Formats: sequence, structure tokens, C-alpha cells
Amino acid sequence: MPEPVILLHDLTKEFPADPPVRALSAVNLRVEKSDYVAIIGPSGSGKSTLLNTLGLLDRPTGGGYRLDGIETTALKDRARTVIRGSRIGFVFQSFHLLPHRSVLENVMLAEVYGAVPRAGRRERAMQALERVRLSHRVGFPPGRLSGGERQRAAIARALLGEPSLLLCDEPTGNLDSRNTDAVLDLFDELRDQGMTIVVITHETEVSDRAGRRVRITDGVLTEE
Amino acid sequence: MHPRDLLNEAVAGLMARPVRSALTVLGTVLGITTLVITLGVAATAGNQIVGRFDELTATSVTVEVPENPVPLVDWADVGRVTRLRGVVSAAALAEAKESANLSVRSNDIVDPTRVTDQTLTVVAGSPGLPAAVKGRMVEGRFFDAGHIARGDKVVVLGEHAAKLLGITRLTRAPAVFIGTQAYTVIGVLGDLKREKNLTGAVVLPPTVGKRYGLSTVTRVLVNTGLGAVELIAKQAPAALSPGNEALLQVISPPSPTRARDAVEGDVNALFLILGLVSLVVGAVGIANVTLVTVMERVAEIGLRRALGAARRHIAAQFLLESTLTGLTGGVIGASGGIVVIVAICAVKQWTPVLDVRLALMAPAAGAVVGLLAGLYPALRAARMEPVTALR
Repeated sequence: MPEPVILLHDLTKEFPADPPVRALSAVNLRVEKSDYVAIIGPSGSGKSTLLNTLGLLDRPTGGGYRLDGIETTALKDRARTVIRGSRIGFVFQSFHLLPHRSVLENVMLAEVYGAVPRAGRRERAMQALERVRLSHRVGFPPGRLSGGERQRAAIARALLGEPSLLLCDEPTGNLDSRNTDAVLDLFDELRDQGMTIVVITHETEVSDRAGRRVRITDGVLTEE
Repeated sequence: MHPRDLLNEAVAGLMARPVRSALTVLGTVLGITTLVITLGVAATAGNQIVGRFDELTATSVTVEVPENPVPLVDWADVGRVTRLRGVVSAAALAEAKESANLSVRSNDIVDPTRVTDQTLTVVAGSPGLPAAVKGRMVEGRFFDAGHIARGDKVVVLGEHAAKLLGITRLTRAPAVFIGTQAYTVIGVLGDLKREKNLTGAVVLPPTVGKRYGLSTVTRVLVNTGLGAVELIAKQAPAALSPGNEALLQVISPPSPTRARDAVEGDVNALFLILGLVSLVVGAVGIANVTLVTVMERVAEIGLRRALGAARRHIAAQFLLESTLTGLTGGVIGASGGIVVIVAICAVKQWTPVLDVRLALMAPAAGAVVGLLAGLYPALRAARMEPVTALR
């Protein structure tokens, strides 16, 4: 049986305070390859903490987290950085595109820090942009793109390097309904192509499109 | 991360805020320009001073003979100096306070209605004096060993003294009177390039000068060949008065190299401080701007960490940005400094002296300043936790 992409085992995250604030409480989650999971919950429920932990941007204080079969909780910072760069693609609510670089340069940035050879980077970035149907905007600065186009550029960047996991934090939070539909259609396509997608959202329109919904309330995860 | 990627990212980071980057570069430009001008002008000025050390100054040695119960130098001792290798000419001179202002007339008629006498300095000299003072006999001749041996009452007038006394030609063997003593003028010494005060003096043979307290040698004038002055300055006292060389005082021109070094040292010390202060100000400017930039680019740092950038990549990028800022300032500053030096030299009609190493080291200094200034901001950027940066 293949290893799940994500396997959380009694994952706990506490923030130091008096008394300590428990953001994640013994979370267990299994996400298989090609799963499209929506994590929903109200503000302050622990959604962002869970996403940061899944993205190896933050460390849990207890429990275990296996990504692609690799136990990540005990890994040193450098190893976590390498895994983050090579196996996880991030899509943020505010796009996080560098304003003074072209769309193509923003996408190519995803391969700057990895061990991927420089040769062919431009071509791979172009392919990623074609995948999100943005190849006609390669030379544009992000400021001249619509919100939907910006998010598609960010998704192209996240797809470069073929990550195992696409982590999306409120990906349609800054988009109108038309662009939201376009982005969700893109996620459907990616899921159909075998991409594992975890979306954090509070929008039911988004969560309804996911194959699986997980609710988080006060740090406790429940499958819906 | 490939070095070219690092360079690309750093350059793109700087070009994202071109005005701010340019203003930051300006701080280093000012510092490096000041440094380059300081060092360049010091070297040029030093060279200029060496240029002023002409042949006359660089070949003249004077040995001063102090008063002593037993004369330290005899008139004949000058011959030993003349025989030293490297000596071109030498002559002894006797000067005394009591002979500094003597009344000299060109005739023996005392006319109370006119001023007929001149107050002139009377000295005694040895036969080599015209050559030693680098002058020429504009009229007549200088006295020789025969005049001295016989104690002939002859004088040689300085050109100006001759004019004051109204003596223009020697065809009728004119006489001058020092006090009541008459002396035949046998020559007029002029065009002096050394000891120019002798142009207004009356020069007596040593044997005659005794009457006026000019019996002992007080100074020996030596002219050397180019490059021999330091050696002769050491040898002349021993040749003149063996065993008493420590009592004689030698006046020789300072070494041109030492003079240049001294001038460069003085100029450098003063302006280097100014240049270094400017550099420090530039460095503080870079550090400040880089720190502000780091704070402004927190989200970008978070994004880069999310894309797989390690802490060292973030630190390297900000360090390279500040180093490039310093390097750019260094290149512009060095170029500007060189242009200013050339402009100064053009105005002053000097020959610019520019050390090639200076032109190369100045940009390097700028880069080092940028590197050092970027250390703290770069470390701060690298320490940022990705989750904090992305928040």
C-alpha cells in the first residue's frame, strides 16, 4: 500500500503563554495522493496553524507528521527547507508575487533555491504558465494582471517542480466570483491530473468543490 | 542555489527600488571619492615637491664651523673636501659680526655734504668661491693663491656692492676704502645662484681679512654631483676637521623621498580621517537602508523561505545587495576621485600621480564597506521565521 502524502498522528501545537494556548489538539489526518481536501472552520479555529504545520513553515509541539513517508517533526531546519522547496507548493490568499518581476520571473523563482538545474528553467516555467492558461502574460508585471490572473500565476509558481502537495491558504479570498470559479476549475483539473490539494477556506463555495471536507474547531479536527 | 541566481536576485532586489539604491550608493561614493582624492592629491603633491628639488638644492652642502679656541677648520683644509669623490666645487668663507656692517667708500675724499660711503658686509673667502656660489666673474678676476700668500690688498666686490659704490669697470684699477685702508678692486662677482647675499658684500683674501676679525673659517660651501649630496654630507666634516666632525654642523637638503613621504604623510593623516569618516557615514547609510529594506521585504523573505530558500540564501542575498551597493559606490567614487585629481592637476599644472592599485583598491574598499554594513541586516533577515514572515 503506497504511503499517504500526509499522515498526521496526534499532532499538537501549543503557543507559549500563561497558560499555554493549544492551537492544535491531537490532530489525526490522512491524505492520500490525488485527494482534494478542504479544511474549514471559523477564524481562530487553528486553520492557519494547521496549514503552516503541513507546509513545514512551523513545528508542532507534539505528535508526528509524515510527508510522503518522511517523518518531518525531528528534521533539522535545513532538511525541512529542502522538503518544503521540493515537495510542497504554496498558494496564498494575497498571491505573494514580487511586484517588480515579470510573471515568468515570478514563476521561475520557485526553482531558484532547489537542486533543479538552471537549464530548461524558462521552458518549465512556460509549461507551468500554459497549464494555468497564462502563457500570454509572461512578460507582464503582476500589477497589470487581474486578481484571477495573479492567482493563476501564483498557482503556476506552486506547480513548478511538480510538488507532491499543493497547499492553498484562502486561495479565492481576494477574488470575485468569476475569478473564483476559474481558480476552482483549475484545482479540479489539477486534482484530475493527480495533484494532492489541501485548501484552507471559510468559503462554502470552495469547500463544496473539494472531494473531502474536514472541519477544525478549537484545534480539534473532525471529518465531515 | 546557483551563484548566477544569487546575483540575479540581488541585482533585481536593488533595481526594484532604484532611487533608494542610488541614494544609498551616494553615501559610499562620497566616502570613496574623498579617500581617492586624498591619496591621489597627496601623491601628486608629494611628487610636485620632489620636482621642486632642483639640481641646485639637491647638490648643495654647507658645513658650519662653530667658534673654537683652536680653529676647527683651516683655510687649506678645504682642499681635502675638493678631492672627495662627488664634490664639484668647494670654498671656505669667513664671516664675523664686527665685519657685517663696515663703512666702504670708493674714494678717500671725505665730503661732508654727500653720502659717499656705503655700509657693506665684508667677508673673507677662499679662491674657489665663485664656483662654490655658482656665480661668475662679471668683471675682472677672483684673487688666487698668490694674492693670498703675498697678502695683497685686493678685493672682489659683489655685483650689487659694486653698483652701490659706482664701480662699473676695472680698466683703471679702482680702489675701495674700508675705513682708511685702500684695496684694489680686481673683480666683480655676479649671477650668484647660491649665497645670493654675497652680491652686496666685499670679499677679501683670508690673509687680509684678519684685520676685520675674518681669520677663521666659519662656513664651507660645497657643491656636489647629483645624487652625491648625502654621501658628501657625511664625509665632508671628517675631511675638514678629522676628529672634530661631531662639532661641525652639516646642512644638506632633505632627501626628496623623505620630503615626499613627509608631505604625503601630513596630507594623508589629515584627509584620510575625513575620508574614513565619510566612509563610515556611507556604511551607516547602507546599513540603515538595508535594515529598512529587510523590514519592508518581510513578506518577500517569507515567500522565499516557503519556496525553499534556506537562511543562508536569504543572508547571502541581502549581503550581496549591500556589497553591490558598496561596490557600485566604490567604482563611481574611484572614477569621480580620479577625475577630480586630474582636474586639480590641470588647474595647478601639476603632473597627476595615480597609483593603479588605488584605482583597484577603492572599489574593493567600497565593497568591503557594503559587506560589513550589510552583515547585521542580513543576519536579521536570515533569522526570520518563515511563518512569522508570511503572517
